[in-house]
This record gives sequence, C-alpha cells and structure tokens, in this order.
Amino acid sequence: MPAEIYLNVAISGLLTGLVYGLMALGLSVIFGVVRVVNFAHGEMMTIAMYLAVALFSAYKLDPLAMMVPIAAVLFALGYVMQRGLINPFINRPEHSQFMLLVAVALILVNGLLIVFGPDARAVQTAYAFSSFALGPLIVDANKVYAGLAAVAVAGLLFAFFRCTLVGKSIRACADNYMGALVVGLDVNRLYALTFGIGAACVGAAGCIMVLLVDVTPPLGPAYTLLAFVIVITGGLGSMPGALLGGVLIGATEAVGGLLFTPSAKSMFSFAILVLVLLFRPQGILGKRVAT
Amino acid sequence: MSNLLEVDRISKSFRGLKAVQDVSFTVPEGTIVGLIGPNGAGKTTCFNMIAGVYRADAGEVRFAGSPLRNARPDQVCRAGIGRTFQLVKPFAGLTVMENVTVGALNACPTVRAAKDKAAAVIDQLGLGAKREQMAASLTLPERKRLEVARALATGPRLLLLDEVMAGLRPTETDRMVALFRELNAKLGLTILLIEHVMRAVMALSNRLVVLHHGRVIAAGRPEDITRDPAVLESYLGEEAL
Amino acid sequence: MRQALLEGVPRRGLHMLAGLLLALIALPLVAGDYIITVMILILYFAYVGQAWNIMMGFAGQLSLGHALYVGLGAYAAAALYVHFGISPWVGLWAAMAVSALAGAVIGFLAFRFGVAGVYFAILTIAFAEFARIGFDHWSWVGGSAGFFLPVANYARNDLLTLRGSPAMFYYVTLAMTAAALVLCHVLLRSRVGYHWQAIRESPDAAQALGIDIFRSKMIAVVLSAAMTSLGGVVFAFHYNNLFPEQIFHISRSIELILGPIVGGVGTLLGPIVGAFLLTALSESLQEVMRALGVDVPGIKQVFYGICLLVVVMFLPDGVWPPLSRRLGLGNGRAKEQAEEGGP
Repeated sequence: MPAEIYLNVAISGLLTGLVYGLMALGLSVIFGVVRVVNFAHGEMMTIAMYLAVALFSAYKLDPLAMMVPIAAVLFALGYVMQRGLINPFINRPEHSQFMLLVAVALILVNGLLIVFGPDARAVQTAYAFSSFALGPLIVDANKVYAGLAAVAVAGLLFAFFRCTLVGKSIRACADNYMGALVVGLDVNRLYALTFGIGAACVGAAGCIMVLLVDVTPPLGPAYTLLAFVIVITGGLGSMPGALLGGVLIGATEAVGGLLFTPSAKSMFSFAILVLVLLFRPQGILGKRVAT
Repeated sequence: MSNLLEVDRISKSFRGLKAVQDVSFTVPEGTIVGLIGPNGAGKTTCFNMIAGVYRADAGEVRFAGSPLRNARPDQVCRAGIGRTFQLVKPFAGLTVMENVTVGALNACPTVRAAKDKAAAVIDQLGLGAKREQMAASLTLPERKRLEVARALATGPRLLLLDEVMAGLRPTETDRMVALFRELNAKLGLTILLIEHVMRAVMALSNRLVVLHHGRVIAAGRPEDITRDPAVLESYLGEEAL
Repeated sequence: MRQALLEGVPRRGLHMLAGLLLALIALPLVAGDYIITVMILILYFAYVGQAWNIMMGFAGQLSLGHALYVGLGAYAAAALYVHFGISPWVGLWAAMAVSALAGAVIGFLAFRFGVAGVYFAILTIAFAEFARIGFDHWSWVGGSAGFFLPVANYARNDLLTLRGSPAMFYYVTLAMTAAALVLCHVLLRSRVGYHWQAIRESPDAAQALGIDIFRSKMIAVVLSAAMTSLGGVVFAFHYNNLFPEQIFHISRSIELILGPIVGGVGTLLGPIVGAFLLTALSESLQEVMRALGVDVPGIKQVFYGICLLVVVMFLPDGVWPPLSRRLGLGNGRAKEQAEEGGP
C-alpha cells in the first residue's frame, strides 16, 4: 500500500487520538487529585454524546457549539457524585471505591440503554463530508475540527491549573493532602470541584467525539477502558501525558487497523497497556510515585 | 561463643542521603545486644538491611556464618531471624490466635502443631485471655505483645526487636524485659534490639552499639557506653557537655 | 479427619446446611423446569463466585477479568467435544489446564513486576478483552459467528457427554457448588489459607513471618482460574452455543463478582448467599415486569447496579455476616471459632 495511505490513516488516527486524549485528561485530573479510579468515566462521556445528539436532532445545534452547556451539565453531575457519593468513601479501601464506581457505571450504561435504546445515533453536520487537502494528505474536515477543539479545551484546562488560584489550590491538594488541610483549604469542596472539572472535560470530549462516531450505550465501558489505557500509558497524574497517550493510542489503533483487521485494532491498545504496566508502570511522562 | 550475626561494613543511601555508612558490629550467640542512638541515626535502616527489606549498597550481613546475599524478608525469616516492626502491623481481620498461628506455621509442619505452638506463645506473652479476639480490637500495648508473639512463634534463633517498649507503661516495660530475659536465659534466644527506653536497654543488654548519623560511634559494655563522651554528645548535644 | 473438617463449625449451622442440602436435592421432584433453570443459574453464579472469592476474598487480589477463565474453559471443552468427540469429563482437564496457564501468566506478570491493586484489576480486564477480540477472529472455534454444540434429544440423560434435561444439569451444578464450599472450607484452615489471609491483611508482616508472597499469590490465582473454568465447561454444555462477544465480555466479569460482593467477600457462604439473593430478586423483578406487560431491556442490570451500590455503601462486609449473626451462627466470618458454636 502506498505510503500516503499510511500517512493519511496515521494523521486521521492522531486527530481522533487528540479527542481520546481530552477524555483521558479528565480521568487523569480526577485520579491525580482525588485518587479515585473513575470507572464510570466512559459512561459519563456517553451521556454527553447522547445529550449532543438529542440537542442536534431537536434543534439542529452543532455539537461544538454545545460544548459549554453540556460540559456544565457534566460538571454538575461530577460535582454531585463526588460530594454525595464518593467523599464519604475517601478512607475506605481501594477496591471499595472502585466497586462503587463500577455500580454507578452499571446503572448509567443501562439507564442510557433504557432511555435511548440500543440503536446507534449519529450527528450529521454540514461539514461531515468535506475534507481538507494538503499535498498528498487528505483529512476529513470533522476530524480536523475535532482535533482543534480538543487542543483548545486542553489548553484551557492547562491554563486553569497553571494560572488561577483555584487551579493552584487543586494542585496543592494533589501534591500534599495533609498540607492542604493544614493551610486551610476546603479539600472536600476542591475534590468535588476537581471531579466536576474532570467530568466537564469528558463532557466536552463527548461533544467532539459525536462528530466522529455513532453513539451506542456499550460505548461507555469501551471508552472507560480506553481512557485507562491512555492514562496509564501516558502517565498517571501527568496532563501532557494523557494527551500524548491519546495521540499514541489513536495513531497505533488506526495504523494497526489498517495493517490487520479493523476489528482487532483494540488489541494493540491492550498490548501496549500490558507492556507499560510491566516495564514502565508510571507511564511515559509519569513520575515514579515514592512509596 | 560464636557470632550469630555479623554485620560487615554495610552502607545504604536513599537518593543521595547516606542513611547508613560503613556500619559493622557483631551479635554473639545467646547475647542481647542493644542498638541505640538518636532519632534518624539509621538504626531501623540497619534492621531492614538485616531483615532483607532493603538491599545494602555495600557490605555484607552474615548469619550463622553464611552471608544473607540479597535474601528476601521471607527467606531471612526461614533462615532463623524474626523481627517486629516499629509501627506494628497486626493482621487486623484475624484473631490473636490466628495471627500467631501464621507465625508458628514457619516452624511447624502441620496446622495442628502450629496452633499448639501459637497457644503456648500467646500464654507466654500474657495474651491468653484475648486469644479469640480480633487483633483490631487490641490496645497498643497488647498489639505490641502480639507483634512479639508472632515473631517469636516463627521459632527464630535471632530476634530483631524494633522499639518494642515505645508507648508502654513502666510496669508493662518491666514485664516485657522479664520475658526477654527469660527467653534469652532459658532458650538461648539471641536478641538485637533497637530501643529508646533506657530503662529497658540497660536492664537487658549485654552489649551496646551506638549509631549516630549512620555511623557506629561506640560499642561495648553498657556501663562504659553511658560514660562515653561521644555518645553523650550525640544524645545531648555539645553544649550539654 | 472428620473431626478436623468439622472443628469450629457451629452445630446449628451444620444442621441448617444439611437441611438446605436435602431440600435442594429434593427440589426437582416438586418444581417445574423454569424453577430448575433459575436454580441452575443461581448455582452457577454461586460456584464461579466462590472461585473468584478465593482470589479476592482470601488472597486479596481484585480480578475484573474472570470471564476469561469461564470462556477459556468453555471453548476448550466444547472444541474438544465438537472437533474430536471427546467427552466433557475428559475435556474438563484440558479446560482447567488452559485456564490455569492463563492465570499463571497473568499472575506471573503481575506479581513479578509488582502490578497491584487497581492496576492489577485493569490488567485482568485487558487480558479478558484480548481474549474476546482474539476469539472473535479464530475460525476454528467459530469466530464471531459463534461456536455451536450439537443439540441432542433432551429426553435421554447422557451424563457422559452432558447432554440432557435441566434436572441433570441441576444436580451437576449442585454437586459442583457443594464441592467448592467444602474445598474453600478446607483451604481456609490449611497452611495456604492462613498464608493467603496474612497476605491479604498485611503483606509486609506476612513476609516477615516467612511467607513466600509470590508463591502464595500464584497458587490463589491458578486455583481460582482452574475452578472457574469448570463453570465455563458446564456453561458450554448447558447452553450449547458460545459467542466471544458474550462469554468474554466485561459485563460477564462484573456479573460473576456481584454474588460474592453482595454476599460478603472473604466469607465462606457469602458468594452462595449473594448469588441466591441477586438471582432470586432479579428473576422476581422480571416476572413482575412481564406480568405488567412492560418490557425494559437493561432493567435487570440497573437493578444489579443499585444492589451493588447499596451493598458497597451500607453493607461493606456483605449481606451474609449480619444475616449470620441474626441466625446465631457466629459473625459469619470465614473462620468460625470453636468456642462460639458451643452451647
């Protein structure tokens, strides 16, 4: 196969990977700060996707334009979940918290199944079929917009954590829980805020993702898994790592799907996951956690 | 009397911080040796190197003549060295009896035999009444006794005690001291202990080894050590002299 | 031997268990096929839940990919039967071997490389997914189109090839579950059982007491995998069709851990109680929905999710320990104290 095809596929995968990365960013933020493994992450993304689809089919509103309101809804969901459900669990053993979120995921996925049914839903925007040509490269327009949107949101998130007081407070909690308490930060509120932000991130990612794929309820668990693979590969607790991981996974899946069969492409992600867990558990950009 | 434990010029650094430097001492069989020194001197690090938790950067530890080369903690225990932890680690979800039985399994071929041995050790440590209580419900002094019972049940030739007396009332301390004296006298159990409670150290130890900033600054009989100026300085500071 | 087996088990509990067993044995004589089929499901979940419990409740390793072992067991035995006519009683050994090997690989990779806790759970998920996609593309066992066993006449019960009526499968699963219960009871009192519990409570202390952590964990994983695979064998021969998308799917993995979690992780009877409770309640729920004429796909899973949520939040030790206390059977912990059961 000519090299251009690989290049096109790789770039396509890369752009999709940016959206994966944004999704994983939400997970990284949540785990990095609250230290909770959000097993319902993909399900939250699916909720955002369904919301986008619903708004589009009802009012013809472009998902990218709906990013802000949908992200706000997801923020509220995340905030409430953390405050109400997870905070009381902070001191329970790890697998207890895990099972809690597994339960939430189970309820969300099947709740979506009940409400929206098993058939795929899609969003057909005006630019869905156009593409950009740059020399030998031909890239779908929606992928380009998706990639740009993902980068923009990620950039906003970085800025938030770097520049705002709240963002810095959250980073302080992540670095040193006890220290944060001692200086008087309301850690519970900040945790809830962080979960909300992670959820909002995922909400934005969902809006963007709708441009690229059709929505079905089983996407939830699939994306949760993907988010974990990306975050572990890129490095738990590292925000650039999440994006890097997303791009890496997106590209390898796309090229792998080309080289072998498309349906086997997730096998590559899992192979990468196993390798990372064994040989570099802190991920590519992660810091080795001192025990 | 042969040396049961020989610590030969061991060193350990943690990311540039030299916790233990070139430490050597011996523990003759059947004696009780106290490892003392101010906080942060490197005592627990030495213990951890002997017990196989840390790998020494340099030097060697020999037990009964053979080097403990990169031995894992469980291998060290099977070789005959038992240890307690400074921050006690009871099996909270198990009863006292079950806790000690786990230790006894190291020394006994069957579960039945292990249970019998565990019962005996529990009585020795005065926990007989609490046998069927969950470890999580014990008070701190009781947990310390459980910690010792567990290590003792493994049938060690050498027992490493890490600040076992910390937090105990004087009567409890005396009780523990009496117990260790008895084990040492009757069973010939060799003991290496880290301790800050001087009452216990002086009552038990045949010899003392003093660490300061990761080095041995003195070793010898307790009466001599307590008069050694270097030792006094390390504990009380230069001005006190 | 008998004394050692029954030592420490409260008299009352033994009588209740014996009574329950007799009732279960007599069940097919009075109940119709529907009830029997539901019971088979309950016993299946009780069995695989018990097998999972060995890894999690006893050795403290959270596996969220146990469907891998069910699937491997199912496909191994089914393939040998369909392609070579080998009886499942022989095929089950191959099933156990394959699953044990898979467990050993996962365990080795995880424990040698220090993958623990949540990371270990994710590793197990990854392997199950790997198998799911892999088997989807393996044509020798049907691939994604499915693998089918020849369905025979149900009038005749052929135990040798496991072809027969629901009642036959009922007794097979009942025997398996009872055997698993006895096995776990024996294991807990054995040397390895003590080792597992020590590791679960405090790995550092366990090591300091001479326990080889790697070896003990490996035994737990391999045993759990092999046991689970037998559930897969029964599954294959009872339902007669296998689809990778279903049998290896993560929802299967989650389904089979619901019983032990709801019942009580680490307890002996927890998985069985949990399986009974969940299946009985969900079947009743579905009956009610059917009677109301409402068809809501996914309601069963939502129900499971809510049960799981309630148990994790309010009954972290599971349903069995408090229930066992009510029944005067001690605190429901896996080890019953000798003193507690006596009058």
